[in-house]
Amino acid sequence: MTLSMPSLQATSAGLFRSAGAAACRAEGIAPIQVNHLDVFYRDLHALEDVSVAVKPGKLTGIVGPNGAGKSTLMKAMLGLIPAAQGEVSWGQTSLLAQRERLAYLPQRAQIDWRYPATAWDVVMMGRVRKAGWLRKFSATSKRAAEAALKRVGMEDFAHRPIGQLSGGQQQRIFLARALAQEADVLFLDEPLTGVDKRTEAVLFDILHELADEGKIVLAVHHDLGPTIKNFDEVILLNREVVASGVRDEVLQSEFMQQAYGGWATNWAAAAA
Amino acid sequence: MINLLIEPLQFEFMQRSLIVAILVGLICAVVGSYLLVQRLALLGDAISHSVLPGLAIAYWAGINLFVGAFLSGMLGTTIIAWIRTKSPIKEDAAMGIVLSTFFAAGVTLITLIQKDNKIDLNHFLFGNILGVTWGDVRDTAIIAIIVILVVRLLYKELLFYTFDPEGAQVAGLPVNALNFGLMSLISLTVVASLKAVGVVLVLALLITPGATAYLLVNRLNRVMALGAGIGILSSISGMYLSYWVNVPSGPAIALVAAGFFTLAFLFSPQYGLLTQPRSAVR
Repeated sequence: MTLSMPSLQATSAGLFRSAGAAACRAEGIAPIQVNHLDVFYRDLHALEDVSVAVKPGKLTGIVGPNGAGKSTLMKAMLGLIPAAQGEVSWGQTSLLAQRERLAYLPQRAQIDWRYPATAWDVVMMGRVRKAGWLRKFSATSKRAAEAALKRVGMEDFAHRPIGQLSGGQQQRIFLARALAQEADVLFLDEPLTGVDKRTEAVLFDILHELADEGKIVLAVHHDLGPTIKNFDEVILLNREVVASGVRDEVLQSEFMQQAYGGWATNWAAAAA
Repeated sequence: MINLLIEPLQFEFMQRSLIVAILVGLICAVVGSYLLVQRLALLGDAISHSVLPGLAIAYWAGINLFVGAFLSGMLGTTIIAWIRTKSPIKEDAAMGIVLSTFFAAGVTLITLIQKDNKIDLNHFLFGNILGVTWGDVRDTAIIAIIVILVVRLLYKELLFYTFDPEGAQVAGLPVNALNFGLMSLISLTVVASLKAVGVVLVLALLITPGATAYLLVNRLNRVMALGAGIGILSSISGMYLSYWVNVPSGPAIALVAAGFFTLAFLFSPQYGLLTQPRSAVR
């Protein structure tokens, strides 16, 4: 099933992207390399021999049907779920050895939105590692948090309890947290769930900016509608990698049919 | 009226137990806030019941009761985590099993040794203000200082961890160590509270003041501060109630705390049953 992968990977090495400047600035950061990853949930083989690269300077989406293991792949890469086999490397060492460079936006459902915290509290969580143990937040940290709130258009909501914000506002606060963290790798698990159009626009604007700065941006994406156009690269998953590489190449009907079965053909045509 | 408050203070035992009550009301609300926001209130109950066998064994062996109870509480927490990770049993069932088993073991052990040792099972279960010694005051004060210090020093890390454990893990915080630290704090707090409220009703001081504050304020540090105030007030009032009406201090404290909660439940500006704005109904 994955026979066609190498050719796709070759074509995706920057040739299709007109914005060559972004690729240049991306030099500093190595791609993340997933090698032969296997994940089991008790008896269920959730991910089978997944090998894929996530490139810097691109916005990459993980796409696939329900139960394909999209979130599982992300969580296994982040060490939140143990992998039975395989490894995730980044540059000279493993991804998890460089956690201070990682930021993660969990699925909305995983957060207790009635937790007694303000938007400011949440954004400052992005500075906890940088502040260091037993220390208070520095002026630099506060400035970073203020700048992050401003960038997502939420500077007027800093002192609101998170429970009083809309779904889109909550997601923007989490994005601000990731920005405040100044991470080089950003993972987002279904960031569009329950958000408004305005947030969607802000979110993709910022994700594109981050990619253009040469960072690694990977999102689990649920929707094959027009929003898929925002991604440069797609990893098409159905317990194993069906295809990966440049979006329009991956979303051709042949691969989509493999991943989704017959009904998805029209979707793919519409999206591509 | 003043006399009602002053008279008991003539007695040294009452001075001692009031000091303990204030310290315990304070730290229970602070660490209990973490249980509350993580929706782990029952874990507080499980830990408090788990300390009983350790208490009995320490008494029998003649070692420091605080040490025995702490080790026993930590063992209970460890077994809960072990059952949850090594079997398909969920956390609530694991807590139920451990809670009842440790409690049963504790009651059995205390019943066996109480004839020879002039101790009373009821004192362990419901607290005993008369039994507070200056040694207990010292131990409680040491525990209170440790708890407050640790919460202050790890506040930002624990906030991140209890709000978004996966985000904290990804960012590189040592979440297992933080969780272990939190469980240790809760065990220590339970141990410090035994003389004042007893095993069965520690939960009242761990959860109720924090829950009351949760209805009134919107930030964790404020929940802790206001909860501590309510906890201290409940402890002191409960102690006086216990003195004048001659009921065990534990139930008296628990009932006062429940009274404060009821007031907040009915009249909280934001969430009160009778006072909340209609739009805020959720």
